Amino acid sequence: MKPGRLKQILLLTDGCSNHGEDPIAVAALARNQGVTVNVIGVLDDRQHSKPQGLDEIESIAEAGGGISQIVYQKSLSQTVQMVTRQAMTQTIQGVVNKELQEILGKDQTIEELPLDKRAEVVEVVDDLGETCDLEVLVLVDTSASMNHKLPTVKDALYDLSLSLNARTGSNQFCVYVFPDTKKTIKKMIDWTPELEKIHGIFSKISSGGYTPTGPALKEALYAFTEKPFFHSMQDGVDPYEETGL
Amino acid sequence: MKKQGFNLYPGSYVRGKWSGHGYIIEKELGSGACGTVFLSRNAKGEKCALKIGSDSSRLMLEVNMLKKFGKVQGVKLGPSFVDVDDWVDPSRQTFPFYVMEYIEGAALRSFLKGKSREWVGICALQLLSDLEHLHRAGYAFGDLKTDNLLMVDSRVRLIDVGGVTQFGRAIKEYTEFYDRGYWGLGSRKADPSYDLFAVSMIMLEMAYPGRFEKGVKPSRTLMNKLTASTLLKPYQKMIIQCWEGKYLHASEMKHSLSLVLMKRTMSPPPSRRKKKQQQGSEKVELVTFSILSVLFLGVSIFSFWI
Ligand SMILES: Nc1ncnc2c1ncn2[C@@H]1O[C@H](COP(=O)(O)OP(=O)(O)OP(=O)(O)O)[C@@H](O)[C@H]1O
Ligand SMILES: [Mg+2]
Repeated sequence: MKPGRLKQILLLTDGCSNHGEDPIAVAALARNQGVTVNVIGVLDDRQHSKPQGLDEIESIAEAGGGISQIVYQKSLSQTVQMVTRQAMTQTIQGVVNKELQEILGKDQTIEELPLDKRAEVVEVVDDLGETCDLEVLVLVDTSASMNHKLPTVKDALYDLSLSLNARTGSNQFCVYVFPDTKKTIKKMIDWTPELEKIHGIFSKISSGGYTPTGPALKEALYAFTEKPFFHSMQDGVDPYEETGL
Repeated sequence: MKKQGFNLYPGSYVRGKWSGHGYIIEKELGSGACGTVFLSRNAKGEKCALKIGSDSSRLMLEVNMLKKFGKVQGVKLGPSFVDVDDWVDPSRQTFPFYVMEYIEGAALRSFLKGKSREWVGICALQLLSDLEHLHRAGYAFGDLKTDNLLMVDSRVRLIDVGGVTQFGRAIKEYTEFYDRGYWGLGSRKADPSYDLFAVSMIMLEMAYPGRFEKGVKPSRTLMNKLTASTLLKPYQKMIIQCWEGKYLHASEMKHSLSLVLMKRTMSPPPSRRKKKQQQGSEKVELVTFSILSVLFLGVSIFSFWI
């Protein structure tokens, strides 16, 4: 099996959308385009009750074939890398399950395999998670309530790149923020293999009073689908390569 | 992360759907990110530890590791593997589980309570010996932390092989406090020094049971904590060298540590040594005084004679 290229959008937000199209629909569309959507809801360390509207976070991730998690700021780093890695595993498992079904008939999944076969297949999945190439588009909600959480977000993104770059497979990251008055989302960092030099990226952000999560996700998806052209010129990899197994 | 969803109580019976082997649950030992561990009894009434969860892939990866590392080169590293199966609960839901040797031991902290302080070093030494074997097989333990250690007959035992990672790959599981990446002191790629760093942090935790956060300058925080601790004084140099990445293999750190420990066991315990030293220096003063007075006397007598 050949490791493929996995694509993820990682949305960091702390509230529900209140502007534009339905983010859940956009997430479903992304999934259809082979892009997984993960969502992390960032709570204030002092916040005790879940703010309302965070159900949306779960629904977006579900529709986007990804994972959602609501966390306090102080565990953001550990959560961001865990969610990303788990979503990778989930995607790979999905692909492997599909293959299994083709070979062994419908309803056959890893969990249902006889124990000795399962023992082998999980090693294959694990190997793929280690070696596959990964592209993560980070989309950060910078509306007013997120403002004081941005330093923590920055740390978490650095930490994410530390975790993923320990893998054998290669990584590409980029960072967008929203809302942006002109173009819904704004590119802060272009595709790069490391998120180390991200100091000051969130410093010049004007935060509006609205949260257009749906439109922002849509723009992010465009950014993804447009990206392979430039990418293919850079490293000569077939941009439309599927998660080949 | 996932809901676990099974209902198991003391007396519950878990029967494997593949092999038919059954286990009676006795009590919960602990639970973590990927499952819950129960003390249970097999058909012969022998004690064993049963781990049950909902992520069958993850559990199976752990089983693969247990099989590999129950014994490395004749040395026991983790608990030995007993059984793996799926349990179909009364509501027809399937839960994967595996069974391993039950390790009856004490948590490191309660073991150390009331013990003299060289035990901090001795436990670290034992840990380094185990790591040496694991490393020789080409793997890092990964999630090395006090929660994953048990003391049995004054010997440290590793449990929870969920983080064991082949060298050169990304560490599978880690806990921030023990992770060199969190402290800005290196990558999360598995290599021997990844575990050595965790050993140093286990030692720091002995001095600071509540642990501590990294603050704005992580390496500064570490250094301050280290130098402020009298418990860790003898190990200071070794720990700093570990943080500087001077030790590439467990054997090197073990060597430094045994030098410290050998030195300490040959001299009296630190609390009394201080007094002894003081007494000692008083003695020196006394001796000097007497020699001087003898000399003086001698000189006076001598001059008297003239
Ligand atoms: N073989 C064993 N013998 C005795 N006790 C055990 C054994 N295995 C696990 N335990 C106990 O159960 C607790 C949880 O086990 P374990 O660490 O394997 O769970 P986990 O789900 O992997 O947790 P995490 O990954 O969060 O550390 C341990 O801290 C330990 O106290
Ligand atoms: Mg554990």
